[in-house]
Amino acid sequence: MNKFFLVVGHTYGTKLRAKAFLVTTAITCLLIIGVANIQPIIEFFTGDEKTHVAVIDRTGSLYGPLEKQVSHDQIALTKITDMENEAKEAVKEGKWDGLLVLSMDAEGLPEAVYYANTIVDNQTPEELERALSQLKTALSAAKLGLTDEQMAELYKPVPFQKVALEKNAKTEEELNQARALVYVLLFAMYMFVLMYGGMIATEVATEKSSRVMEILVSSVSPVQQLFGKIIGVALVSLTQFFVFFAVAFAALKTSGQEVWRFLGFDHLPASIFVYALVFFLLGYLLYAVLFAVLGSLVSRVEDVQPAITPVMMLVVAAFMIAMFGLNAPESAFVTGASFVPFFAPMLMFLRIGLVSVPGWEVALSLALLAATIALLIYFGAKVYRGGVLMYGRMNIFKDMKRAIQLTKK
Amino acid sequence: MSLEIIEVTKRFGQATAVDHLTLTVPEGEMFGLLGANGAGKTTTFRMILGLLLPTEGVIRWQGEPIDYSKSHLIGYLPEERGLYPKLKVQEQLLYLGRLRGMKKMDILPEINRWLERFHIRDYANKRVEELSKGNQQKIQFIAAVLHRPKLLILDEPFSGLDPVNVELLKEAVLDLKRNGTTIVFSSHRMEHVEELCEHVCILRRGRAVVAGALRELKRSFGKQILVIQGDGPFEELARFPGVLQWKRTAEGVRLQIANEETAQAILGHIAGKVAVRLFALEEPSLNDIFIEKVGAAYE
Repeated sequence: MNKFFLVVGHTYGTKLRAKAFLVTTAITCLLIIGVANIQPIIEFFTGDEKTHVAVIDRTGSLYGPLEKQVSHDQIALTKITDMENEAKEAVKEGKWDGLLVLSMDAEGLPEAVYYANTIVDNQTPEELERALSQLKTALSAAKLGLTDEQMAELYKPVPFQKVALEKNAKTEEELNQARALVYVLLFAMYMFVLMYGGMIATEVATEKSSRVMEILVSSVSPVQQLFGKIIGVALVSLTQFFVFFAVAFAALKTSGQEVWRFLGFDHLPASIFVYALVFFLLGYLLYAVLFAVLGSLVSRVEDVQPAITPVMMLVVAAFMIAMFGLNAPESAFVTGASFVPFFAPMLMFLRIGLVSVPGWEVALSLALLAATIALLIYFGAKVYRGGVLMYGRMNIFKDMKRAIQLTKK
Repeated sequence: MSLEIIEVTKRFGQATAVDHLTLTVPEGEMFGLLGANGAGKTTTFRMILGLLLPTEGVIRWQGEPIDYSKSHLIGYLPEERGLYPKLKVQEQLLYLGRLRGMKKMDILPEINRWLERFHIRDYANKRVEELSKGNQQKIQFIAAVLHRPKLLILDEPFSGLDPVNVELLKEAVLDLKRNGTTIVFSSHRMEHVEELCEHVCILRRGRAVVAGALRELKRSFGKQILVIQGDGPFEELARFPGVLQWKRTAEGVRLQIANEETAQAILGHIAGKVAVRLFALEEPSLNDIFIEKVGAAYE
């Protein structure tokens, strides 16, 4: 057991001190800080570029209310009394960014034309149009003699409620929160497997290709080593996630955004968090063992990528099905796939989160998953034990057979 | 009663790598395993270490099979050298030593002692990949002996080293033996085995063709070697009675003769006829024994 922790410590320590790892983490942190502060950053670069719009008001009465309506602080309106042609010239010369000509149509409702050198910028005309339509609505209402209450009545949304009849079905609020949680977990699992699965396979392949493996397996049993690696990389990944999370939290807080806006999980039962943890851990274990075994079969680090690609595809497939399942969690396809061990961590959890799944189904899915993991560990340890002694050209299935043969008498 | 290999056979599918091998390595002795590439040396070592299981037969050390509970008693220098290329020498040895069950504070002085002995003290904080091949091999050797194993297995320990470093390593191996370590080592160089080992075994396609105490082997060989250096001609000696084998060397000839009397007769025969610079009787070499037993030259 002592040696197991040594392997864990060694994997964790060397990985964490590796330059490549530190650089990647630092770059990702910078990205997170950047994304959290995207608003101020954009404003920083565009801060000076207020759009100055000249307004010629032929009606004489629209400018005042319009100026009040335009709430966008990037648009500055200025009323001018020049002739239209002169004003257009001024726009061409760059004195103004745009020219808005206001007039009344035959029925006394506002009309407008917006002139600019190019109409690439959508934001300004859209904002002006929105402001004008509101003005128009108000004017029309006034013309019809509607009171404010009547106006409010007109714009009131239809009361529309969804009610689930099944006893265990989730309420809408629960569903929304569950969906958010499921989404977060699916994504975390996906990222985790893609990012760190490769790391495990590479770790193993590196030890093998540098031939230090033979010394290692002569002092530590391959099973202890295999799990030492898996747990070591898991700790590395948790550390990295923790750093990312902390940086994101701090960045969001300092940029003054509401951190927990999305994460109101107060309507969810505690059991779902337990399920989340269980499925996440089992899913990680399943894929980690698979990646480690594949890593033990290749002789060179360059061969890692092609060897693990099929498993990556499996993860991507699981994620795709899960994305589809978010909107149709009761479909027969999703239900069936939630029993397949490689998809179960994502899909069964998704079903538990969104629909009420009979206990036996959850138990069956978990049992299948656990059995697959046990089987993989059993065969994986065998393949690993033999695989680390094999060198040469790669042929995964042949190699697996050979590796198992090596551990036999 | 130290290391016993009894009737061990290892098959990989159709191929037989080791064929009914029986060896006994007495405790505290140095045992040499000779063989060409593919003769089964590495497979035998991997079976001794428990990395591979024998198809038939048993391997025991001090009466028990070797498994991971004994890994602190065993040192192994694999034929395929390998270390963590990115790790510093000291960290590397520290990790490998701890995996063999040592405590950190016991390892550090030991590392220093060995680095000092191999004149590579300055490399303690260098990465392994920055070291020369020869120095990497020294580090590898240190990793195998750091924990003062009782049983040391060295797979081709001297290959790829320059003569100075070979001497350095030989000295170290002899020191370990003096301290009571049982050492099994393989080589494809006859002279290394002849120089260091009391017991030898020559493997050929997985079979032991020559095995036993070196002194016994030589004594029971019965024949002797006569080396003559001079200008010759020596051709007629090929038909001299009692000469079993005749071979030209750069300086003269090397003859295998039935007994000492033959040497005397030859000396009398050539005296005054040809110029001789050297006339010497030698013990048979391991190579002579091998050729005698196998009927072919050692590859």
